[in-house]
Amino acid sequence: MKVFLPKDAAALSVGADEVAQALRAHAPALELVRTGSRGLLWLEPLLEVELDGARYGFGPLRPQDVTTLFEGAEVDLKHPAALGRMDALPWLTKQRRLTFERVGVIDPLSWLDHEATGGFSGWAAAKALSPEAIVAQVTASGLRGRGGAGFPAGVKWKTVREAPGARKYVVCNADEGDSGTFADRMVLEGDPLLLLEGMRICARAVGASLGFVYVRSEYPHAVDTLTQAIALCRKQGFLGDGFDVEVRVGAGAYVCGEETSLLESLEGKRGQVRPKPPLPAHHGLFGKPTVVNNVLTLAAVPWILKHGGEAYAALGVGRSKGTLPLQLAGNVKRGGLFELPLGLTLRELVEDWGGGTASGRPVRAVQVGGPLGAYFPQALLDTPLDYEALAAKGGILGHGGVVVFDDTVDLARQARFAFEFCAKESCGKCTPCRIGSTRGVEVLDKVARGEAREQNLQLVKDLCTVLTDASLCALGGLTPLPVLSALEHFSEDFHT
Amino acid sequence: MHSPAPWDSAQAQQLVQRELARARAFLGDDGPDATALLPILHALQRAYGFISSDAITLVAQVLNLSKAEVKGVVSFYKDFRTSPPGRHVVALCRAEACQARGSETLAEHLAQAHGLTPGSTKDGVTLETTYCLGNCTLGPTALVDETKLLGRLDAPAVDRLVRGLKGA
Repeated sequence: MKVFLPKDAAALSVGADEVAQALRAHAPALELVRTGSRGLLWLEPLLEVELDGARYGFGPLRPQDVTTLFEGAEVDLKHPAALGRMDALPWLTKQRRLTFERVGVIDPLSWLDHEATGGFSGWAAAKALSPEAIVAQVTASGLRGRGGAGFPAGVKWKTVREAPGARKYVVCNADEGDSGTFADRMVLEGDPLLLLEGMRICARAVGASLGFVYVRSEYPHAVDTLTQAIALCRKQGFLGDGFDVEVRVGAGAYVCGEETSLLESLEGKRGQVRPKPPLPAHHGLFGKPTVVNNVLTLAAVPWILKHGGEAYAALGVGRSKGTLPLQLAGNVKRGGLFELPLGLTLRELVEDWGGGTASGRPVRAVQVGGPLGAYFPQALLDTPLDYEALAAKGGILGHGGVVVFDDTVDLARQARFAFEFCAKESCGKCTPCRIGSTRGVEVLDKVARGEAREQNLQLVKDLCTVLTDASLCALGGLTPLPVLSALEHFSEDFHT
Repeated sequence: MHSPAPWDSAQAQQLVQRELARARAFLGDDGPDATALLPILHALQRAYGFISSDAITLVAQVLNLSKAEVKGVVSFYKDFRTSPPGRHVVALCRAEACQARGSETLAEHLAQAHGLTPGSTKDGVTLETTYCLGNCTLGPTALVDETKLLGRLDAPAVDRLVRGLKGA
């Protein structure tokens, strides 16, 4: 009997390895395959058992459950942890998994399993196309940068393709620092070959011969799996022949998720932001034309090449095309990753998918788009999760992370944290971010002490205007979003 | 888990040269040697537990940088330590998703029950603050010794963890 158990970091954090140990001890005859995670994280550790070609899920599983689950060669399908057939689970059937098709399903480091499940077919399609035609497909797909900025990928690729120079680079931004996001990590741990396929397609399209994946050091498991995947690709001749990729590990700086700061870091410098222009597409790594794309952007490319840009553009709403792996986190009953066409409302995500808070208390605030994203109150939960609709409500989609808070949250404290985080993580290059963030903490402390409250709240708003208008990058420029949204929608928290 | 070796300049030299050779082999003539700086610093910290002034002098020499430039990089990145940590390092996530799940209460508990405040070391255990370990649905989360990820932490789990690490 074949059984599947995630080796994803989230599953490991709640005891997946201990379940694996129990399986080996109690049922050594089982063939155990370690996979990525399906993203239904409230069910981790989630064991899947293959019977007559179908998979049955069991979770959350404790090590001691193994002895009652397997009786000799039989598995107890009525076990209390039984979830039934995986392909009938609504949490999976209602998704539209393009990028995450294979994540949680196969051994991420099995070349054969990857090929058998349609892997590398995007590359096969790309090989038959001219570089211009690849760029045209990506442009037609409407794919926008999934890192946070939402810049059209096709436009970026075209710019690099047309930039003069013999040497160009593809840099994958895997510095996923936003709290509430873990989609990049799940790709790196669950289907790294897909990402490398996307990078290879990009390299062919823009004429690059070398690529880097910059992964944050907080993701040791992802670094490990990706490193092994690159070694596997070199062995199979998929990398190292005209295009090669290396992993670089960050060192705990949030700002290195900003593309120019990331490039500085790759060059061995302090991760300080570069003023733009020049754009990295013209003047990137070592001054050469460089594509910098997020993991999710590059990992969406193989599907687009395989099925055509039009098929991807048929999903989503307005100018927000395709699917988005939404990450639902924080104080939520059913947290996880759900890949869905863009346009779902925040309420559908939090209430229908998430089932409300884990604490059972009412939802009070939802932060969308990471630490630089706005806090949404109940009254705005019907906002659709697409780039334009969120912007219209003073928010951002960012990297697709959604963090739920119950009614014990103090938004004055969250606003202060936004400034504090900015102060800690500021690269120091521009004054509004470096100094303004610290002043923001101080002024909010005065507000909390009740000192000249109205004047000081006005000062916070003025300070936010300076940060928004005069910061070099999104760290200083967007820190006002959580602060101002807290002030606007939760003003009572600043008056107690 | 942490068993850093005492400084050995010949061995460190080898280690630095190995990382530099790797970077050069990958990039060809493209990049300046300084591009190997982060991989070199990571390797040195892995081997010796922190980045000493001897290490900074050595790296500056090999990469033809000033000591100030190397120090500037070391001080910019939170990961690089300039003094030895305890035998074990616990990095507790304090970012929003973990806050929503009680990380702040846990941080207070660590301070009160174990005397561990961020950046401090007690009985061989160092507590650090980190912002996001990518385990945002199963927090509060901590990363122990840069390898072991622990989710759904609460006060009793943290007590067991700290007691276990102190004795190990």
